[in-house]
Amino acid sequence: MNPTRAVALGGVLLLASASVAADESRTKFSAALSAEGRSYLHDPSYAGQSDAAASASLSIEPELYVEWSRNTSATLTPFARWDSLDSERSHVDLRELALQQRFGNFDLRLGVSRVFWGVTESVHLVDIINQTDQVENIDGEDKLGQPMAMLSWTTDAGVFTGFVLPYFRERTLPGPDGRFRSEFTYAQDDAIYESDDEEQHVDGALRWSLSTSLFDLGLSYFDGTGRSPRFAPHVTTADPGALLQLVEQLGLAGLLGQLAQGQIDDVQVDLVPVYDQIEQTGLDLNLVSGNWIWKLEALYQDSRARDYGAAAGGFEYTYAAAFGSAWDASVLMEYLWDSRGGDAAALPTADDLQGNLLPPQQIPPLFQNDLFVGTRLTPNDVASTEFLAGVVVDLDHGGLFASVETSRRIGASGKLSLELRVFADAETEDPLYLLRNDDYLQLEYTHYF
Amino acid sequence: MRIPSLLPSLWLAAAAMSAALPAHAATPAEQGLAIATEADRRDQGYGDSSATMEMILRNRAGDEASREIRVKSLEVAGDGDKSMIIFDQPKDVEGTALLTFSHKTGDDDRWLYLPALKRVKRIAGKNKSGPFMGSEFAYEDMGSQEIEKYSYTWLRDEAIDGVSCFVIERVPVDPDSGYTRQVAWIDQAEYRVQKVEFYDRKQSLLKTLSAKDYQQYLNKHWRPGRMDMVNHQTGKSTSLLFKNYVFGSGLSERDFDQASLKNAR
Repeated sequence: MNPTRAVALGGVLLLASASVAADESRTKFSAALSAEGRSYLHDPSYAGQSDAAASASLSIEPELYVEWSRNTSATLTPFARWDSLDSERSHVDLRELALQQRFGNFDLRLGVSRVFWGVTESVHLVDIINQTDQVENIDGEDKLGQPMAMLSWTTDAGVFTGFVLPYFRERTLPGPDGRFRSEFTYAQDDAIYESDDEEQHVDGALRWSLSTSLFDLGLSYFDGTGRSPRFAPHVTTADPGALLQLVEQLGLAGLLGQLAQGQIDDVQVDLVPVYDQIEQTGLDLNLVSGNWIWKLEALYQDSRARDYGAAAGGFEYTYAAAFGSAWDASVLMEYLWDSRGGDAAALPTADDLQGNLLPPQQIPPLFQNDLFVGTRLTPNDVASTEFLAGVVVDLDHGGLFASVETSRRIGASGKLSLELRVFADAETEDPLYLLRNDDYLQLEYTHYF
Repeated sequence: MRIPSLLPSLWLAAAAMSAALPAHAATPAEQGLAIATEADRRDQGYGDSSATMEMILRNRAGDEASREIRVKSLEVAGDGDKSMIIFDQPKDVEGTALLTFSHKTGDDDRWLYLPALKRVKRIAGKNKSGPFMGSEFAYEDMGSQEIEKYSYTWLRDEAIDGVSCFVIERVPVDPDSGYTRQVAWIDQAEYRVQKVEFYDRKQSLLKTLSAKDYQQYLNKHWRPGRMDMVNHQTGKSTSLLFKNYVFGSGLSERDFDQASLKNAR
């Protein structure tokens, strides 16, 4: 779907409906306009990346909401960003264009929308309905709009929800100028699918969730196109004969290593996203006890690439009125595990070189045996100041990922946010090593209309 | 984001103590409980209600900041009320919603909906003394005021602003309360809270609440149009202005469940 056209059409429909609606109806229009400046603390690691020490970016997210009655409403939320450094980060998306209808104990949502599942702070394992808008932020919390039909049935035994997801959204990935990539650039436009239906493959999901005083429990099942791609290295060269000779000398793994270090001229490697068909079963759980909230997310995923399991679990403990003040102070701790952590990287052989495409590589999980420790401070002041700082330590490789986020309201309709991310001490075999020079400090002002 | 649990029912328990005290209420404790019980009885059966609320925060220098909130609440037989709070202003928190199941005893259940992430976040219900949206109202001031949450003592009868009142002391049962005691003035005619003094953990006078502009709905339920909370220790104050009260609009459990929280706007 052409996003611009869809937005225009949706807007006209919503406004037209609102103008003829009855007394009970309500229309709300709002918009968030953001200006963002990023400062990179180191020179880039790889050839082709922009050596600009700073970047600027503007984004806008208007939203139109129409409610015809307590049971019927619709939302339209387009999004656009311009970025000075990475042309792939300049992008538009239709975040939402959905109709919401309630009848009895059923809730139906039709259209493009966003759904979040999960409980943990440091990673979002079970959340799978929406594709990650990776160029927005490496924290993975920004999502692309997903076309869906979603039906929820609320009962005394919890909420049962079924999803039909008729169209797949490819993950956004940084361009050649951008940070947060490996030595190889992404061939975003050449994605390969396991399914012959490609992005037209109809995915499905089921979820059951139950909330009580003691716990929030969710069980989910997804069958369809996996949201996280693997990557197949695509090799381009003017002299295929010489390349083949190199493959025989070095093996493919050795060749890739030398390419990565820029030791071979006239050969270019792009990473082609490969989207596999997967089945994923997920669990998310909150246990509530006084000031403690214990959290667990776990998943098991089946695909042609690899069956694996992953889990994240821990707690958030809140000291209310900490330091004898109005402040709330929370301590967060989560252990992160992924069964693929012990995998030796599969070494491709010359036989694997078919055409110019090497077999898909599974990027090892960032957090396979890691500990997250963090704190959230809220002074409960008029400006709604918030402060969240955390560090993830790799217990196998010693790598360290630190993040600080703080924000406060400015005036009646502005908000200032500061974000610092640091990647440190990663060993070469740790995927975190790829980001070793991408530490950044970001200041963002958002004005709300 | 830390968001508050708030429910416009401060006046519920204390709102309606009948002038005719049971004759057998002999001791001050029995008298105090009888007044609280009568106030609670008089407001029973409200079913459901909704209202919009403007919150005006003032600092010592007199600078003002304003918030707008919509509140829906549902009476639950045999337990505390359920409430849904939706934030309209300031704009940066627009669409944020808080679902609270309050309980007669024990911690409340709280879920916060964050519209930017489409995420429902469980919040520990033990925090009662923290301020609501940076205001002088604490969670426990805004929450459903169940009889079981205090022990009571009748102190005296006294007129304030020409209105005859019972003066009762309320001591929170919950050790996590921010207060050691509260002194409440409740008018003898309609059992509505007129004024409350809050004493902090050090027994010092912390805040004074005044409720004004009462209106009666459905010929039964009294609700204030305005509440002012003054913090004597910081010089800050907060005013709550209530508008558009609607009772008995047919809200049900369905309007206070997870699906409704995610669709709250």
